[in-house]
Amino acid sequence: MLSIKDLHARVEETTILKGLDLDIKPGEVHAIMGPNGAGKSTLGYVLSGREGYEVESGSVSLEDKDLLDMEVEERAQAGLFLAFQYPVEIPGVSNMEFMKESVNAMREARGEDALSSAEFLKKAKEACKQVELPLDFLKRGVNEGFSGGEKKRNEIMQMIMLEPKLAILDESDSGLDVDALQVVAKGVNSQRDGKRSFIVVTHYQRLLDYIEPDYVHILSNGKIVKSGGPELAKEVEKSGYAWLKEGEVA
Amino acid sequence: MSEQIDQALERKYDAGFVSEIESETFAPGLNEDVIRRLSEIKGEPEWMTEWRLQAYRKWLKMDEPEWAHVDYPKVDYQSISYYSAPKSMKDKPKSLDEVDPELLRTYEKLGIPLHEQEMLAGVAVDAVFDSVSVVTTFREKLEEAGVIFCPISEALHKYPELVKKYLGTVVPKGDNFFAALNSAVFTDGSFVYIPKGVRCPMELSTYFRINEQNTGQFERTLIIAEEGSYVSYLEGCTAPQRDENQLHAAVVELVALDDAEIKYSTVQNWYPGDEDGKGGIYNFVTKRGLCEKNAKISWTQVETGSAVTWKYPSCILKGDNSVGEFYSVALTRGKQQADTGTKMIHLGKNTKSTIISKGISAGRSNNAYRGLVRMGPGAEGARNFTECDSLLIGDQCGAHTFPYIESSNPTAIVEHEATTSKVSDDQLFLCQQRGLDPEKAVSMIVNGFCKEVFRELPMEFAVEAGKLLEISLEGSVG
Ligand SMILES: Nc1ncnc2c1ncn2[C@@H]1O[C@H](COP(=O)(O)OP(=O)(O)OP(=O)(O)O)[C@@H](O)[C@H]1O
Ligand SMILES: [Mg+2]
Repeated sequence: MLSIKDLHARVEETTILKGLDLDIKPGEVHAIMGPNGAGKSTLGYVLSGREGYEVESGSVSLEDKDLLDMEVEERAQAGLFLAFQYPVEIPGVSNMEFMKESVNAMREARGEDALSSAEFLKKAKEACKQVELPLDFLKRGVNEGFSGGEKKRNEIMQMIMLEPKLAILDESDSGLDVDALQVVAKGVNSQRDGKRSFIVVTHYQRLLDYIEPDYVHILSNGKIVKSGGPELAKEVEKSGYAWLKEGEVA
Repeated sequence: MSEQIDQALERKYDAGFVSEIESETFAPGLNEDVIRRLSEIKGEPEWMTEWRLQAYRKWLKMDEPEWAHVDYPKVDYQSISYYSAPKSMKDKPKSLDEVDPELLRTYEKLGIPLHEQEMLAGVAVDAVFDSVSVVTTFREKLEEAGVIFCPISEALHKYPELVKKYLGTVVPKGDNFFAALNSAVFTDGSFVYIPKGVRCPMELSTYFRINEQNTGQFERTLIIAEEGSYVSYLEGCTAPQRDENQLHAAVVELVALDDAEIKYSTVQNWYPGDEDGKGGIYNFVTKRGLCEKNAKISWTQVETGSAVTWKYPSCILKGDNSVGEFYSVALTRGKQQADTGTKMIHLGKNTKSTIISKGISAGRSNNAYRGLVRMGPGAEGARNFTECDSLLIGDQCGAHTFPYIESSNPTAIVEHEATTSKVSDDQLFLCQQRGLDPEKAVSMIVNGFCKEVFRELPMEFAVEAGKLLEISLEGSVG
């Protein structure tokens, strides 16, 4: 599904990713953990092609397509989805309009006809239900005045509607109460069909109790320094990242 | 090219006017003879000719205003032709079928085919082509309701007493430089009269189009809503692309008698000039409405065109409990300049006004809101609410706000809110990450910003306005 090889990328003058490798097969869930400032969000931005994030070297392919060659929207249309750590507001544009444009842009790129209003509405309602957002959130401006947790649920709602091939969830669990955490996890699990893949960025092992990862990676100082199974997350939960520094010294 | 040569030749042959029969375009220049001639061609009554001449004499003594936040080379008023009509009566379209297909295509591009408007939406259309009103549809149905909707030139013949009674009562002929010029040389425009207690059975609509080169357009619109009546009126404007600047100096007067309501919407898309500011329309417009007791006037405008816009649709809230509203979206890009806003003059008791202004600037454009709220001594318990929001796209454009408040009544309340925001990289990125191309993204963000104003437009035109913004924003990203 996704193959990242020796990726180096910088923001402005600072190199943040310093030789990152990652291979994700269809249907897999990879959790990425790591200290603040390690480059986790940066990885999400680089993969989705955000302006200002410059790739210095390395390669990234999504289903054998060269991702780095594509515009932001082309990557999205190719099936890459990023759930934001800090979702931004678009005042006056309703969630409904926004998602309708989005869904239909994706369909158009695949050569499919636009959904009719009725078809779209049905899909949108179902997605809202899955993440337990009241329907009037469809009428409200995108993230406008949403609480932190509502914004995160809204991101998952969008993911459910867009059915991406690879979803990157950047701290979709932070700021969530226990119930919301389960809602978000349920939303993600409902999308796991053995074909779709996920990168789940999180600081807390707790989320991984609900979304069971196939692999856990520790990202530090722009590189994956350790990979393992779910037990690695438990280790981090217990002993933090102090060992990273020791490792560097050693 | 040959067109220009033709024109040069015509000018050479004819020092004064181009022959009425061959062609109905006046040679450039303005003097009392031109005005008399114009009035004569239109077969106007004596008093009208005199009125024009009085306005002209006032205009001669006035100076072009310089206080607006706009900068443009001085207009040479002697280089403009003050009358232009389709070449012969035979060429003049008699129905929509005969209207320039190019013009129709422009509207189709905007998603509003005139035919469809006529048939489906039940909109009555009066199209002003250069200086002459070409077609008025749906007239019979309106006549049944007692509504008069016709070119003002025709009203001068058919209903001279009505025109005489109201013309210049809201915008006096010497009101300002451009209004005086318009009063002297206006060629056509629309006239609307809604009788007492009548709710106009359909939206009324006028399309203005400047087509000829080197002509000015000076249309004059007069709308009278008798007691307890209601009318919704929409004007749309386009002009072809020309390298020369063209002048448009219109006057619109609204009279809302007791308990009447007038809703006046404008979608203005005159040619704005190219990226470097070459060409484009100078849009200097005076629009004002008078509200008697319990009357209401709403101005809604979507301004995306013109090289320079100078425009302040205003309400004089004379009657007690009368209401004035101003909803505006002004978009500037390239080197466009807009100085627009409103005046709310509160005279009566418990008068209310609302001002919602949304300015969008892109490219190297400048966009200014200028508004005056005046609470007269008699404006007991009057209220105003003003919200003025600016949105910047890129970092080379400017947004400016000039709110003026004058209150001579301590019981009157004036509220003012203003914000300035930018289309942020974060917003653009979110949209693109969700599969939208940057242009679509910007137009969606801008549409969201304008929502409060679009809500005020009649349904079918709200869609048009959205599309217009999208077209206008093409190429303003990246
Ligand atoms: N525009 C920028 N200019 C310079 N440095 C930047 C810029 N954006 C991010 N960085 C730096 O890049 C590093 C990685 O940031 P990133 O947001 O990817 O971290 P993260 O792993 O997601 O952290 P967190 O767990 O706190 O979300 C940080 O040190 C950050 O300060
Ligand atoms: Mg982060």
